[in-house]
Amino acid sequence: MTELVFFINQVVIAGAVLGCIYALGAVGITLIFGILRFAHFAHSELMTSGAFFAFLLAALFASWGVVTPIPLGFVVLPIAMVMSAIFALGIDKGFYAPLRRRGAKPVILLIASIGVTLMAQGLIRLFFGAGSWSFFETESKEIFRIDTSFIGSTRPLVITEPQLLMIVVTIISVLALHFFLTRSRLGKAMRAMADNADLAQVSGINTALVVRVTWIVAGALACMAGTMLALDVTLKPDLAFNIIIPIFAAAIVGGLGQAYGAIAGGLLIGFAESLAVFNWTMVLRPLNAILPDWMQLPATLALVPTEYKLTVAFVILVVVLLVRPTGIFKGASS
Amino acid sequence: MMRRSLTLFAGLFVLILVIGWLMGLPFTSSRLVEAAAYSLIALGLNIQWGYGGLFNFGIMGFLMLGGFAVTFISYPVNPTFWGSDGPWMLGRALIAFVAGALLVIGARKSDRLGIRGGWKSFVTVLAWFVAYCIYRSQLDPAAAYIEANAGFVGGLGAHPVLGWLFGGVLAAVIAFIVGKIALGLRTDYLAIATIGISEIIRALIKNMDWLTRGTLTVSPIPWPTPLPQDYQASGSDMVSSLLLARGGFLLLAVAVLALAIWLISRAYAGPWGRMMRAIRDNHIASASMGKNVTARQLEIFVFGSVLMGIGGAMLVSFTQIFDPSSYQPINHTFLIWVMIIVGGAGNNWGAVFGAVLIWLVWVVSEPLAKFIFEFVSTWSTNIGWGAIPEIESRSAQMRVFVLGLVITIALRFAPKGLIPEVVRRDA
Repeated sequence: MTELVFFINQVVIAGAVLGCIYALGAVGITLIFGILRFAHFAHSELMTSGAFFAFLLAALFASWGVVTPIPLGFVVLPIAMVMSAIFALGIDKGFYAPLRRRGAKPVILLIASIGVTLMAQGLIRLFFGAGSWSFFETESKEIFRIDTSFIGSTRPLVITEPQLLMIVVTIISVLALHFFLTRSRLGKAMRAMADNADLAQVSGINTALVVRVTWIVAGALACMAGTMLALDVTLKPDLAFNIIIPIFAAAIVGGLGQAYGAIAGGLLIGFAESLAVFNWTMVLRPLNAILPDWMQLPATLALVPTEYKLTVAFVILVVVLLVRPTGIFKGASS
Repeated sequence: MMRRSLTLFAGLFVLILVIGWLMGLPFTSSRLVEAAAYSLIALGLNIQWGYGGLFNFGIMGFLMLGGFAVTFISYPVNPTFWGSDGPWMLGRALIAFVAGALLVIGARKSDRLGIRGGWKSFVTVLAWFVAYCIYRSQLDPAAAYIEANAGFVGGLGAHPVLGWLFGGVLAAVIAFIVGKIALGLRTDYLAIATIGISEIIRALIKNMDWLTRGTLTVSPIPWPTPLPQDYQASGSDMVSSLLLARGGFLLLAVAVLALAIWLISRAYAGPWGRMMRAIRDNHIASASMGKNVTARQLEIFVFGSVLMGIGGAMLVSFTQIFDPSSYQPINHTFLIWVMIIVGGAGNNWGAVFGAVLIWLVWVVSEPLAKFIFEFVSTWSTNIGWGAIPEIESRSAQMRVFVLGLVITIALRFAPKGLIPEVVRRDA
């Protein structure tokens, strides 16, 4: 059973953690695409700046001597999310709204979002330098080791406190998003506008309000994803810039414009990445006793070498675009 | 229109003179050579985006291919590799690759054997998996053997200009494959797909140590023109030998650039150019006029990528080092896009203007930011707020900010670029 626990540690937990972050980022991208019809590249900067907001707040709280049972990063998350939502609204007002008013094509908005990405990258690096920061300077990162000897395993099941909280918070926010989109008036208006913006407008939906709400939701979720990623690894200026393409891959795999698709796509890509680099020899090693000498398993038997981990997402992206360009759930097309 | 372009180019010339005066001639001459290479790359993007309306965000990948090509062609031969079992093992890997490819092609045609629907998909996926395993089983030992015994494959020791040409050819081949895969997609999907593909190319080139030495980098790569050291050997002093050598390289680069502009302008002024504009502006109408839109877009995608490959090869030749980890999307993809947006998409002179201007802005913004920071720092020290810490690393980051600012301003106030496209309307 040691092998099973090892598999869970290496693939299930790692994949779920990565998948949650991808899913939260991809939901924002897919909502923005559904409502405003452009691929929002600067989403990575919303995530990174959200993480920095949370980091600053946590540092502030720590300097006041606030001690909480869960990591401070999670305590300040709601405040950081509000700040991020305001930041996202500001970016839209300052950079995208003027272009939209001029009737610019989605492609131009995409380029504008790259401009925003560059500016935000520059500013973040200007203030925080190029080094990395940790949320756990003052408090310790708790690691749970669950003894699994009762099923005959010699290894414990390992999960850190931020990882556990991250999965719980993601489930809660996905449920909240689900009820928001299906039950509330505003959420229904959002879905209506994603389906057909003109029809939504003539049927009396306040589209300007819907756009604002979209930015608020996307900004808040991006902040959540960024902060949780920073809690799991370390906080650095290119934290999310490096994973924005896997996040886009998640959104496309799920079908751009489909909130549930983005969640499924995020989890799919997260698991695929950790499964692709998993060393199968660790699980299949007992077979060595049965197999003849010439068929002994090599020391590493992974589908792709570890250095190609991020490439897995791109390959999935390309394959999905080839085989089913609308994503596994039918995506919106503009 | 003509006057505006001339004024702008005159202004650019003055800017170059000012930079030459402030930063010194050796610095400026290097930057000018790089600007020529970037102009070529920007022309490539101008063909794709300005003429064809294709959204290529994978420029970095093509630049890397060009860089790899020139390294492979012009780096001296590695006798240890050719004397070992390496070529033989690589040959076997190649055979395995071909066998795998045949297997996949066979699986795709399996419907002729009566295998249909879900079974066909299953057979195709299985064939891909088996082909991948066959290829890996041959390549992995070969790669490990070469890395252990010979370091890496080495080069062919040919003339660098041949390497530039090979860079174009290699970029064309890959662009053909990429285009076949991705060109059916809508604009933003295409952008994301090309980014994904360029990241795949980067990961491959970075990690195939047996072929490219990966992060260990390859240097020195020879120049097509005499090096500064050659001039020094024949008795010139330091500065003039630098200038002579870089001047020679610059002449060659500008000659290639002029040839490219001449060829492109001729093609674009002809019926081919009108057809491309028609496809860009309304591909449905042009398809109904009997134009093969997909084939034409593939054509233009390949043409543009050739220029990117050559430009990328030139850059590597000039810096004499091929370092796969130095390639970043910001420096090698977004920078080119800013050049085109600011210069003017669809206008070759606009592309060249934008390339030179943005390249100069990019290289100058770091020392400029440093100067401003130091000025503010002395001022804040004087009034007792203390100095700005880590000025060096902070000013290096200002380049990215300035780039973003420039693109935002350009999109807002000059969406067609500084030298916009000229659409001639006869009659």
